[in-house]
Amino acid sequence: MTTVSTDRAPSVDKPPRRSSAPDAAYSLSSRERWMRRAPLLPGLIFLIIVTQLPFVATLVISFMRWNALSPQNKGFAGIDNYRKVFSDSALRASIVFTIVLTVTVVLVSLLLGMLIALLLDRAFFGRGVVRTLMITPFLVVPVAAALLFKHGIYNPSFGLLNGTLTAIWNVFNGSAPQPDWLTEHPKLMIEAQLIWQWTPFMMLILLAGLQSRDKEVVQAAHVDGASPWQVFRYITFPHLRKYLELGGLLGSIYIVQNFDSVFTITSGGLGTANLPYTIYQTFFSAHDYGLASAQGVVVVVGSLIIATFALRVVSSLFEEGV
Amino acid sequence: MTAAVATRPTTHAEKEPRKSHANVYFGVIAWIIGIIFVVPVLFMILTSFHSEADASTNPPSVGAPLTLDGYREFFSGGIDPWPYLANSLTASVLSTIIVLALAIPAAYACSIRPVRKWTDVMFFFLSTKMLPPVAGLLPIYLIAQRINMLDNIFLLVILYTSMNLPIAVWMMRSFLAEIPPAILEAASIDGAGLLYQMRRIIVPISMPGIAATSLICFIFSWNELLFARVLTGVSAQTGPVFLTSFVTSQGLFLAKVCAAATIVSLPVLIAGFAAQDKLVQGLSLGAVK
Repeated sequence: MTTVSTDRAPSVDKPPRRSSAPDAAYSLSSRERWMRRAPLLPGLIFLIIVTQLPFVATLVISFMRWNALSPQNKGFAGIDNYRKVFSDSALRASIVFTIVLTVTVVLVSLLLGMLIALLLDRAFFGRGVVRTLMITPFLVVPVAAALLFKHGIYNPSFGLLNGTLTAIWNVFNGSAPQPDWLTEHPKLMIEAQLIWQWTPFMMLILLAGLQSRDKEVVQAAHVDGASPWQVFRYITFPHLRKYLELGGLLGSIYIVQNFDSVFTITSGGLGTANLPYTIYQTFFSAHDYGLASAQGVVVVVGSLIIATFALRVVSSLFEEGV
Repeated sequence: MTAAVATRPTTHAEKEPRKSHANVYFGVIAWIIGIIFVVPVLFMILTSFHSEADASTNPPSVGAPLTLDGYREFFSGGIDPWPYLANSLTASVLSTIIVLALAIPAAYACSIRPVRKWTDVMFFFLSTKMLPPVAGLLPIYLIAQRINMLDNIFLLVILYTSMNLPIAVWMMRSFLAEIPPAILEAASIDGAGLLYQMRRIIVPISMPGIAATSLICFIFSWNELLFARVLTGVSAQTGPVFLTSFVTSQGLFLAKVCAAATIVSLPVLIAGFAAQDKLVQGLSLGAVK
C-alpha cells in the first residue's frame, strides 16, 4: 500500500516523508506555533493549577465521609452528602436567598444606574463633581462599607437612619418612629447596602455606553419631532442594551459570590445566609468537609449553568466590539 | 432636502433655551442624588473625627467639635493595626506585579501574535472568574495545611494572582490590540526580538492600559476578605480581616469603627479618584473605552 502511494500521487492524509522542503516548512511552523504559545503558557498553567485542580479535589471530597472533628471516621460516603444537601431546608433557603439577593441587587442597581447615567449624560453645572461623588460608594472597601451600614446607619439607637427620622420629627415636635432596621428587614438591609455599592458600577458602564452613542442620530430624531420618550425607547435603549447586559453579567458574577456583606451585617442570621456564607459555615464551624464539598459542587454546577449563558452574552459583545 | 436644511437651524434656535432650562432641573436632581449617595461616606469620615460620646447621639451631632481620638484609639488602643495594613500592602502589590508579569505575555499571545484558537483561551480565562472561589476554599485550605503555608502572606499572593489574572488578561488584550501592527512589524524586520519588543515598544505604548490594570488588581486584592479570613490566623491577617473584629458591637465604638473603616478604605479611595477614567475600562474588562 505505502509503496504504491509513494510511487504515484502522494496520499492525502499522510504528507510525503521523502521530500525535504515541506518537512522543513512543517517543522518551522511547529516551532513558530510554540513560539506563539510560549508567552501564554506560564499564565495559563498557573491558572489551571491554582483554580482548576482544587475543584477536582472538591469533587473527590464531596463523595467522602470526612469531618475534621472525628478524623478516624473517614471514608467513602457515596452520595450521602448530596442527599443531605438537597434535603436540608436551611440550605434550600440559602439557595433561594442567593438568587433573590443577586437578582434584586443587579436589577435595582442597573435601573438606578441607568437613570443616574441618563442625568449625567446631560450638560449641567458641576457634572464632573457629581460623577466623582457617585463613584465614591464603590471605592469604600466592602467590609468597611458593610460595617458602616451595620453600625453607623442601621443601628436603632444612634444610626443615621433613625437619627435623621428624629431630626425631621423634632422639627414638628413629634416623637419619631425608631425601627430596628436589621431585625425587622434583615434581607432588605443587606440588599440596600449592596445596591448602594453597585449602582455606581452600573452607572459608570452605562454612562460610557451613553457617551459612545451617535449624537447626530439623536439630534436628527429630535429634529424629526421625536419625543424624549421615543428617543429613549427606539434609539438610546437599543444602544444601551449591550452595556446593560455587560453590567448585569459582571454584577451577577460578583453578587452571587458575595460573602463580605452577609458575614458583616448579619453573620448569616435571620435567614440571610447565602450559599458562600453557608459553605463557609459548614467548613469553618461544623468542620464537615464532605458536606461542604458537596455544597461547593452544587454551587459550581449552578455557576456553570449561568456561566454558559453569560459567556454567550460576552461572546456576542466581544464580536461586536463594544 | 433644502427644506430640511432650512428648518434645522430654526428648530435648534427655538429648542436651545428650553433645553438649557430643563438641564438646570435635571442638574439639580443629579446633584441631590449624588449627595444622597455620598452621604454615608461623608458621615463615616465626619464621625471618625468625633468623640465617642458625640458619635452616638440621636439625632447625630453634625456640628460637634472635631477630635483625633477615634484615630488615636484605632492606632494605639489594643491591637496594633500596622501589621495588618502592611500585610494588605504586601499581598496587593506583590500579586499585582506577578499578575502583570503573567498577563502581559498571555495577552500578547492572544492579540499581537495570536495562538490558534485564542478566543477559546480568552473564554477559558474568563470562565475561571465565574466559578465561585468559595467552592475551592476547602482543598486550598487542606493543601496549604499540608505544605505549611497557612497563615503565610505568600499564599494570599498566589491566590490573589489567580483571582485577578483573568481580568488582567482581558484588559491587557484590549489594550495590546490597539497597538498599530505596523510598528511591531517594522521592529521585527529590524531584527528586534520578543523581549526587546516587549521592553521598548509594547510596554511603553500600553502604559496607560497597564496602569488601569494595576489599579483594578490592586483594588480587588486589597478588598478581599474570604480567603484572607479562612487561610490566615495570626501573622498574615490583612486590613479587611482586622475590620471583622468590629462585626459585633462593643459599647460606644462608632467613632473608632469609622476611623478604622476610613483608614482601610483610604488607599482604594485615593487610587480610585486619581484614576477615575481608568476605572470604567478596568471594571468592564476593557470592553468599554
